[in-house]
Amino acid sequence: MNHRSRLARSLLLALGALASPIAGTSSAAPPTAAEIAKRSLDAYYAAGSDLRARVSMRIVNAQGGERKRELVMLRKNRGSAGAQRYYLYFHTPPDVKGTAFLVWKYPSRDDDRWIYIPAIKLVRRIAASDRRSSFVGSDFTYEDISGRDVADETHTLVRHEAIGGRDCYVLESVPTGKADYAKRVSWVDAERWLPIQEKYLDARGREIRVFTADKVEEIGGHWTATQRTMRTLASGQRTEVSFSEVSYDRNLPESLFTERSLSEPPGLVR
Amino acid sequence: MSRALLVAACAVLGLAGVGRGAPEIGGFAQVNGSVRTVGAPCDSGGPCDLLLEDERLELKVEGASEQARSAFAARVDFFQDAVEDRSGIEVREAYVDLNGSRAALRAGRQVITWGVGDLLFTNDIFPKDWAAFFSGRPLEYLKVGSDALKLDLHPKPADLELVVLPDFQPDRLPTPDRFVLPPFPPAPGRIERKPARSLENAELAGRLTRAVSDWTLGAYAARTFYRSPAIVVQSPVEPIVMIYPRLNLYGASATGSFLRGVLGAEGAYLHSVGDPNGTDPAIENSMAKGLLGYSRSFWRDGTVGVQGYLEWMMDYEAYRASLPPGTPPRDERRVLATLRVTQLLRHQTVVLGFFGFWGVTDEDGYLIPSARYTATDNLWIELGGNVFVGRHPTTMFGALDRNDNVVATLRYSF
Repeated sequence: MNHRSRLARSLLLALGALASPIAGTSSAAPPTAAEIAKRSLDAYYAAGSDLRARVSMRIVNAQGGERKRELVMLRKNRGSAGAQRYYLYFHTPPDVKGTAFLVWKYPSRDDDRWIYIPAIKLVRRIAASDRRSSFVGSDFTYEDISGRDVADETHTLVRHEAIGGRDCYVLESVPTGKADYAKRVSWVDAERWLPIQEKYLDARGREIRVFTADKVEEIGGHWTATQRTMRTLASGQRTEVSFSEVSYDRNLPESLFTERSLSEPPGLVR
Repeated sequence: MSRALLVAACAVLGLAGVGRGAPEIGGFAQVNGSVRTVGAPCDSGGPCDLLLEDERLELKVEGASEQARSAFAARVDFFQDAVEDRSGIEVREAYVDLNGSRAALRAGRQVITWGVGDLLFTNDIFPKDWAAFFSGRPLEYLKVGSDALKLDLHPKPADLELVVLPDFQPDRLPTPDRFVLPPFPPAPGRIERKPARSLENAELAGRLTRAVSDWTLGAYAARTFYRSPAIVVQSPVEPIVMIYPRLNLYGASATGSFLRGVLGAEGAYLHSVGDPNGTDPAIENSMAKGLLGYSRSFWRDGTVGVQGYLEWMMDYEAYRASLPPGTPPRDERRVLATLRVTQLLRHQTVVLGFFGFWGVTDEDGYLIPSARYTATDNLWIELGGNVFVGRHPTTMFGALDRNDNVVATLRYSF
């Protein structure tokens, strides 16, 4: 599968390179489904060369019970193939305050992940093979936070549709490997390239999870979904996420994304 | 206690001026108790049914200047111990940080954790509270703060950490006032001789870490003391003397991704400076230690970790020859295996955990099941247990065989 996905990625990169001079222009050639998917992933997960944001999560269960998580996220892109580094520093809840995650994300293999536990000053590598597990108990998965590869799914452009007054491409994406959904339908803003809505469906076509970008702002020249919600239909739980203090292209140093930086949290994450 | 109070006052009040930002205050209130499941003699001053009944309030204060050039943190526990019928203040940590681009200094009481093992410590020479761990206190109480000066240097491409510990602090081991332990040799009392505070007795430890590809390699060296006492029995009419012999340690570790999981390897050579030839039966012989561990998430929200661990005593013939008649000998090689299984449930609000030590050569074991429910962002409750099994009272877990307990912990964090 690795070989296949590498090949697919090379093809897509080649396509992307061909497409980029005309993308965003009024050229007659419509983008392919894979190009739309790639641009959407880039806009949502990789805007700018780096990012700092304060992320507030509100997890609301079916009974109305609430849990909150607040963290600072730093992200740095490494090249254009999808390699990225993330630093996540938790401010709340109180019992995990000071806990930090470091993720080195690679396009073609499992992430390297580290956790820092402040009570015992322990930096530890953690096993990271399941990108589909929940991120800190929320309705978002690790993959929803740090992104997936365009080659992880095969994409089909099914129609154009306006949603919330925005023209969208509607894509159907089917995972190439084992996944907990059979199909993902996404509405991608035809101008800003951000997904406005996504539905994860099971093999019978029933909705499992629904994502909505509730507020989109242009920050530092990059369209950003500053409010987003993910709903899990079976449990009736939803997670609302808001991004604040967002800034891009800060030229974050590589040294921030190291084991050492976990045990010595930089001023930037406080 | 007055010294602890003084340090607490410094920590909470004095250091608050270091940071320019407003200091953040947090902490928790906690009730933590454990009950024996095996009967205890309940003699006066000895262990009884309750192994632990601890109520505590931890206050944590921390602050940093704008760019985190300077920072401070203090964690102070106010506790009530019903088993010993005493209350007190414990300064868990209180330190100041000065951070530069190439170096960082941390001075004060601090917890330091080194190595890649999971509850198996090979290169981590820092003091531990095994009595707290065995009686069911939360994991963080296994690590004891050291009064230390820690200097982090970052000469590219490696990171160097140097630690000076001016005050020797032994491990806190189970004591016969709380635990049912095998009888000590008869003697009219005990004398504990800790290394005196002096320049010569200052402990030094260093760690060099370097990332190579996506592996992290570490090298360790320490000039320290054994933190478990060597028991010197002079004669039945003289008190037992407990000393902490000198120890030099040299070690290495490696950890990285392997077969969709995390592989860790660690080794160390412990040079027993006080008994280099292994002829003194009271003092530990030199020893080589090694461990290999692997953990991986095999299914959704479930992680399994296994470790194999070896202690290999040097100069074993000399040790055997020096043993007093009738003393059961230890094995030349001690092999231990561990298993950790963690399962998250119900949107990660329930954590089921199991950790097991299996003493392959000692024929003993230690099982730690636990179930934690995080009821709200502020409140969690955990039920668990500590089960010791062993054939021989001379092995580590065998000696604790009569201390099985069930534990409950309730913590409200703020």
